This record gives sequence, structure tokens and C-alpha cells, in this order.
Amino acid sequence: MMLEIKNLHVYYGAIHALKGINFHVDEGEIVALIGANGAGKSTTLSTISGLLQPSQGNVTFRGEDITITPAEQTVQKGIVQVPEGRKIFATLTVMENLEMGAYTQRNKKQFQKDLENVFTIFPRLKERQNQLGGTFSGGEQQMLAMARALMSHPSMLLLDEPSMGLSPILVEQIFEIVQDINKQGTSILLVEQNAQMALSIADRAYVLETGEINLQGSAQEVLHNPMVIEAYLGGH
Amino acid sequence: MNTSPIVLLIQKIIKKGWLGKTFLALITLLAIWQIIVALQANPSLFLQQVINGLQLGFVYALIALGYTMVYGIVRLINFAHGDVFMFGAFVSFYSITRFQLHTWPQWLFPSIPHGLGLIIGAITVMAISMIACALLAIVVERIAYKPLRSAPRISALITAIGISFFLEYFAALNFVFSPNFITYKRPVEVVTWAIGLNGITTLGNGKAPPDGTILFSNIALIIILTSVLLMFGLQFIVKKTRIGKAMRSVAYDKQTARLMGINTDAIISTTFAIGAALAGAAGMLYAIAFPQIFFWMGIIPGLKSFVAAVLGGIGSIPGAFIGALIMGQAEVLSAAYISTPLRDAIAFSILIVVLLVRPTGIFGEPEREKA
Repeated sequence: MMLEIKNLHVYYGAIHALKGINFHVDEGEIVALIGANGAGKSTTLSTISGLLQPSQGNVTFRGEDITITPAEQTVQKGIVQVPEGRKIFATLTVMENLEMGAYTQRNKKQFQKDLENVFTIFPRLKERQNQLGGTFSGGEQQMLAMARALMSHPSMLLLDEPSMGLSPILVEQIFEIVQDINKQGTSILLVEQNAQMALSIADRAYVLETGEINLQGSAQEVLHNPMVIEAYLGGH
Repeated sequence: MNTSPIVLLIQKIIKKGWLGKTFLALITLLAIWQIIVALQANPSLFLQQVINGLQLGFVYALIALGYTMVYGIVRLINFAHGDVFMFGAFVSFYSITRFQLHTWPQWLFPSIPHGLGLIIGAITVMAISMIACALLAIVVERIAYKPLRSAPRISALITAIGISFFLEYFAALNFVFSPNFITYKRPVEVVTWAIGLNGITTLGNGKAPPDGTILFSNIALIIILTSVLLMFGLQFIVKKTRIGKAMRSVAYDKQTARLMGINTDAIISTTFAIGAALAGAAGMLYAIAFPQIFFWMGIIPGLKSFVAAVLGGIGSIPGAFIGALIMGQAEVLSAAYISTPLRDAIAFSILIVVLLVRPTGIFGEPEREKA
């Protein structure tokens, strides 16, 4: 197991956002975490990356307990989060955004290698590297956010709602890229409201409802589960 | 209801803020007219005032940069910043009078040319002031501001005022600096040149400057050169270096910056340190220009630089620079042509006008809502 979450409890003040969830991601997998608004999906990702501290439970990555590792040190472990709403640095150029993604990477050669890799995946970013991030459209911002995350050379990518606010064509493009990144050997934990898209590329899936995992299994099993069809795929 | 058209017009004028804008336009026109009249009446006197204003404006710019950088990154008006400026002036004073640090090149290398030795010595003293101010700011930030980072903004603001008083009265203690006015000992002698159409003459003791000339001293030269160099240095740090880019990222979005592996606390400390170093340099330059130092000396220049930062658009580095140059001119020109005692009132009324007409300042953008 690459990433293992055990009995995770997280509170926002008095709100019990995560009520003891358990799940894991294996090496090379795409795992989808689906659920409605407010189910605790983003909370889960932020707890893994260390922006939030759990009141109970453990996060283990490659055998190392990273539960209380602060966010700025999680990157060095090889996990990087692409936050919800892209959160690119609008006042920085594309190139500067990518440099910030590689902030912990002090090796110039490795930086050049990662940069080339990112430009192969996202050729449009190369053409527009001197443009300000804030001038980009939603789809381009999502690509920039993913490229920025890849600059840290992660072994695991946490994607938070990459399809949010994008047109169906763009969503498909983004998901194809996610698969490509996965094929290069990066494990992916994908948080999505768009269950259909997420399940179509995932190996396994978990369904999160009001802070608890109610269903888990292979993506195909989850996709054909009557409850999921009813609640997330619009019924039939 | 039959509302007369005049009442409607008045309501519209009030609603659209035309009164304030008309008032501002009138003031601006009046100022431009005054400047043209002054320029025609005595061009050399006017140019002289502009040079004096420039000298003052550059000092304000160095202070204003600290306000604007700190505001940009933690949304705090650091009211203790003016006292850091005072601290810088005192540190340079004691480095010069008590430790004679400006003469070290001559001590170590007696054969060094006198001028070169003095320049290196003065730069050393300035570097010491800057480092001392940077350390002071880091300590203040860690002790007073960091614990309040997630507290309401007003708490940090009140704390900043408290720190300001603390620094002033701490500096006034006999075993720290001094409660008295102190005459500053310049590391360099003042040389004044009279620049006119007939060439440049160096003024000696008691010699009156020829008519129609502009006086320009090496002090003005030092202030303008040093400030410009420091500002280019700052621009380089912010635009080109890894730490500068991290500063801009943290200013834009702290959470995401943390996800990139940026240690936001370290970056915030660095920002405070750089701003304070600039204020330290400004303190020494100000003391060289107006050679009297006092533990309250930071209040008025600090407030005026704050106004300059607001005028330029707080959070914007070019804004702080432009705002400070305008403040310098406004102060000197109103002292020369309107009324000397009124100059501070005029300088601060700029703040009121800016807040009424364009609260975001010249280069400022409306506050972005953060999730």
C-alpha cells in the first residue's frame, strides 16, 4: 500500500467533517473518491497534504506516518495536491508558477527535465510561458495547476475536482491527461463530483457521504451499484 | 410627489460623488496654476524646491516600501515601521560616534584614498543599520504578529500601535539610546554646489551662492543615488529571485503556497526583514539630511510614508515609490508656496482626498475576496 488512511477524524470547529474513514491507494493506481457537496472530499485531501490536522487517526505514506507533517513538508515526501478551483498564482507568469511548483527542487538539471516533461504533456504552456496565470481560461488554469504540481516530481497526485466549471470537451481532455500522467507512474487520488467521468478512468472507487465511506470497490462495481446510479449518475 | 429638477440634480451629484471629484479637480487645477506661476516668477527657486522635494520623497519611498510589502503579504498596517526607521538612525549614529565604524578602512589600510575609505566606511555603517533593523523586525514579527496571524485584523493593528509605543519609549531609555535630541554626526562633510547657467561653483564657508543658481549638495546626491540603488535591488529580489517569487506567491495565496512546499512563516519573516532594512537605510539617510535624531523622529516620516503607500495603492511596490515622490513634492512645495506650518496638514489631507476619491490608490486594485 502506497497511501493508507486509517480511522481519520477531522473537525471544523464543532462540525465533525470526517467520521473515521479508512481507505488506501496502491502503487500506480487511480483511485476515485466520489460524493456530493460537503461530503468531506476536499477535507480528506487537505488532511492528507497537511493543511488540516486530524483529531484522530493516521495517514501513512510508503510506510511513513505523515499525519502531522505540515503542508510545506508534504511535497518533499512525494505527495502534491492540486487544490479545488485550481488556485494558480494569478499575479505570477506561467513560468513563475511552474518554478513555484518546483520550489523544493534545488537541482537545476532535474528542474529542466521536469520542465521538459511538463511541456510535452501541456504544449500550450510552453507557448505562453511569459503570460500571467490570471489571464488564462478555466481549462488552461486547470492544466497549469496540474503542470505546477507535476514540477515537484511527485509519486502521488491528489486531484481536487479537476472538472469543476469546465466544458465537457475540456473535461475529457483533462481526464485523458490524468490517465497519461498515471501511465508515467504517478499514482492518483481523484476527488470528483462528476462520478461518471471519475469512475470511467479509475481503478477503484470510494463513495463518501457526510463524512463516512459508505461504499467501496472496483470502479466498475461502483459504477453499476444501484445506490450510486440513483444518487450520483442521475438514475435510469 | 413632484420633485423639482434641481433637487433631483443635487441628489444625483451627491450619489455619483461628483462633489468630491469636482473638488479634487479644482484643487489639482489650482495646484498646477500655482506651479506655473511659481515657475515663471522665479524658476531657479522653484527648481530648488523640486530638488528638495525629491530628496525627501526618496527617503519616504524607502519607508513606504516596507509598509506596502508587509501589507501585501499579511494585510497588516505595521504602525511600528516608523520606529524601525528611528532605530536605524540611532544605530548608525552610535556606529559612527561610539565605535567610529565609518573609519575602519583608514584604520586597516592607511594608504587607502580618503574618499574611497569614507565611502566604504559609510556603506558599512548603513549595512549595519539595515541588518540591525532587519533583526529587530524579525523579532517583533515573531513575538507580536505571528501569534495573531489568524486573529481578526484589528487585533494585529492595535498590537502594531502598541509595538510602536514600546519601541519609542524603549529607545528613550538611557541605557538603550537616549531621551534627548541628539545632533547627528555625518560620516561625510557637506559639499554644496551652486548650479547655474554659468556653470557649477563649489560653495565655501560663508560664501553666498550666485544669483539664479540652484543649490545641490552631496547629501542630496547620496540620498537619491542610495535610494535608487536600493530600489533596483528590491525590484531584482522581488522579480527575479526564488525568494522574491515565493514572496509574491505567499502574498497571493498562503494555503496554495504551502502546498508547493513554501515555508510561509519564513517568507513572511523575510518580507518584514527586507522592509525594515530599507527603513533602516532611510533612517540613516534622513539623519544625514536633517542631522538631529530623537526617539520620536519616526512618527511623522512614518505616517507620511504610510500616506504615500496608500496614495500609490497599498500593496503595490511601484505605487509606494510614485506615492512617496508625490508626497515629497507636496510637502516641500506647500511649505514654500502656501504655508510652512500648514505643510503637514496639506500632506495628510492628501490621505483624506485619496480615501474619498480613489480608496485603492493610484496603482491599487480592489481587494480580492479569498476563499
